[in-house]
Amino acid sequence: MTQTDTQTTPANVDNGVNVEALLGAREALDAAPEAAQFKWRTSCEWVNGTHSRSTVSGFFGLGEEQARSKDFTIESDHPEVFAAEDHAATPVEIVLSGLASCLTAGVAAVAQHRGIQLHSVKATLEGDMDLQGILGIDDDVRNGFGNIRVNFTVDADASEDEIKALVAQSQKRSAVFDIVTNPTNVFVTVN
Amino acid sequence: MKTTTTVIIGAGQAGLAFSKRLADRSIDHVLIERGEVANSWRTERWDSLRLLTPNWESRLPGYAYDGDDPDGYMDMAEVVQFMQGYADTTGAPVQTNTTVKSVHPADVGYVVATDHGEWHCPTVVLATGACNIATVPKVAADLPSAIKSITPMQYRNPQQLQDGGVMVVGASATGVQLAREIQRSGRQVTLSVGEHVRLPRLYRGRDIKWWMDVTGLMNMSYTEVDDIKRARGLPSLQLVGTPERSTLDLNALREDGVRIVGRLAGLHDGKAQFSGALGNLCALADLKMNRLLDSIDNWATANGIDGEVEPARRFAATQLDPEPTLGLDLTTAGIKTVLWATGYRPDYSWLNVPVLDRKGRIRHDGGVVDAPGMYVMGLPFLRRRKSSFIDGVGDDARDLVNHLCSRLHRQAA
Ligand SMILES: Cc1cc2nc3c(=O)[nH]c(=O)nc-3n(C[C@H](O)[C@H](O)[C@H](O)COP(=O)(O)OP(=O)(O)OC[C@H]3O[C@@H](n4cnc5c(N)ncnc54)[C@H](O)[C@@H]3O)c2cc1C
Repeated sequence: MTQTDTQTTPANVDNGVNVEALLGAREALDAAPEAAQFKWRTSCEWVNGTHSRSTVSGFFGLGEEQARSKDFTIESDHPEVFAAEDHAATPVEIVLSGLASCLTAGVAAVAQHRGIQLHSVKATLEGDMDLQGILGIDDDVRNGFGNIRVNFTVDADASEDEIKALVAQSQKRSAVFDIVTNPTNVFVTVN
Repeated sequence: MKTTTTVIIGAGQAGLAFSKRLADRSIDHVLIERGEVANSWRTERWDSLRLLTPNWESRLPGYAYDGDDPDGYMDMAEVVQFMQGYADTTGAPVQTNTTVKSVHPADVGYVVATDHGEWHCPTVVLATGACNIATVPKVAADLPSAIKSITPMQYRNPQQLQDGGVMVVGASATGVQLAREIQRSGRQVTLSVGEHVRLPRLYRGRDIKWWMDVTGLMNMSYTEVDDIKRARGLPSLQLVGTPERSTLDLNALREDGVRIVGRLAGLHDGKAQFSGALGNLCALADLKMNRLLDSIDNWATANGIDGEVEPARRFAATQLDPEPTLGLDLTTAGIKTVLWATGYRPDYSWLNVPVLDRKGRIRHDGGVVDAPGMYVMGLPFLRRRKSSFIDGVGDDARDLVNHLCSRLHRQAA
């Protein structure tokens, strides 16, 4: 399939995504599903109040531990209306950002694969939350988002339907979209 | 032990077409069938089922529908009669009421062991069908015991179900057809929708299957398609064959009062959880349908038939509730039965030749199985998009019989 697929990508389309490598990886991992088993990690330390700092470093994949060139940190806090110091974005905003980044990366990859040159991609996200949930005021209200709305503005050498199809396909293959739209078992232990 | 050149296992359309092609080349063979000819059509379908392919598309080598309603859709009695008629006309050497218990390699060729003796043969054809077992997802195990679980293989008609609500899981051909029938029987249906292929029954006044045929879509080869693995795994078409030739998409079901929810993602403490990706799956299906209609319109123009058919049009996007249900307490919602319309898969439990991949699928290249002299027929997109349809087995059988003949020829030389 690589043959036909690479043929569909004209050489002059460059969204900075190495589709050949991705397709190669897909073929390799299809043949060796053990190597496709990844584990992603983060560790978080409390700083003060609602302020915390997560560090992202190595992960497991392709059958072994993978090191990063450097560690990444993600800070989180709450705004002043929550009587906090607003050092950084709230965790739920980080979740929205994760969803946005995942979908946006997906749009670029799918566009490259389909031979569509992108000029700009902008995603704006908004999530509804009824605070009666987290504050324990009303048990019928969930803690998390009620609805999440994602709006894409895409400038690309493609028709309106082709752009819609890019965005739809990106959702179909997105990890964070799946994490947000489907339940996941979460196991929490205490040392 | 009896010997023959080719043992064909299964006397559905695939086995019968293969038999006809072998007979045309004077190759000695036998068809082993556990029931009667067309056993699957006789015993594994629900009462109201009609083909979703029009009568004119029931075409087999040297045999085709010749009644006076080419645009109609056969009911099961008519399909059985059609298939039996084919077996009789071609004089297919069918040994009925004989079940294959095992196929294993011999020094040369294979031994096919049945409940009525063994056959030795250099070549064997697996024509046992792609739909032997109804696939049920793992979450089914978490269904509360008071709620009855049923598959399309067991389902015959709504009267068989308890009164009360029914959750139909899966919205491809089987799911949408049964959702409508059950809803119309007075039972509230909740339809859980995953990936699906939306199509109108008629487009520009012609059957959508007519367009898919004339534009060459159904004939497309497995070597031409971009991602054959994906093409082989695609769900069946949201189509139904009715005298009214009506479209059966999610909008039509919604009008009938069916409640549309997302893919069943989990079952916990009697509560069903549905995926929030429903909107996107519907958008994907709408976009894909429109791409097909675009290609049909282009074809019509290129072939100068715009004047002969109705004008081009587009259909309303799939309508969903503004906030589709994400969770449902099945008991409180009054659901008494869950019908798993989540697809079918073949049964190879009797096949003692190492040709299955880790997901239990048979390893083959266009029907030429990864074991010398073994062939498979009737799987989705085996050699062409039409391979799993009645209309598709004729061409596949021709190609594979050619392969089989050159193999025998090489061995004789
Ligand atoms: C609900 C449903 C609706 C469909 N509607 C259409 C339609 O409208 N139009 C269309 O073109 N296609 C349709 N199809 C697809 C396809 O045409 C059918 O699945 C058809 O039955 C496939 O024919 P086949 O010969 O490949 O397999 P089958 O018809 O299943 O034949 C296989 C035969 O092998 C026999 N067999 C199996 N195992 C053994 C064994 N161990 N020993 C001996 N014999 C064995 C079976 O008894 C059976 O007779 C439909 C399929 C389903 C499930």
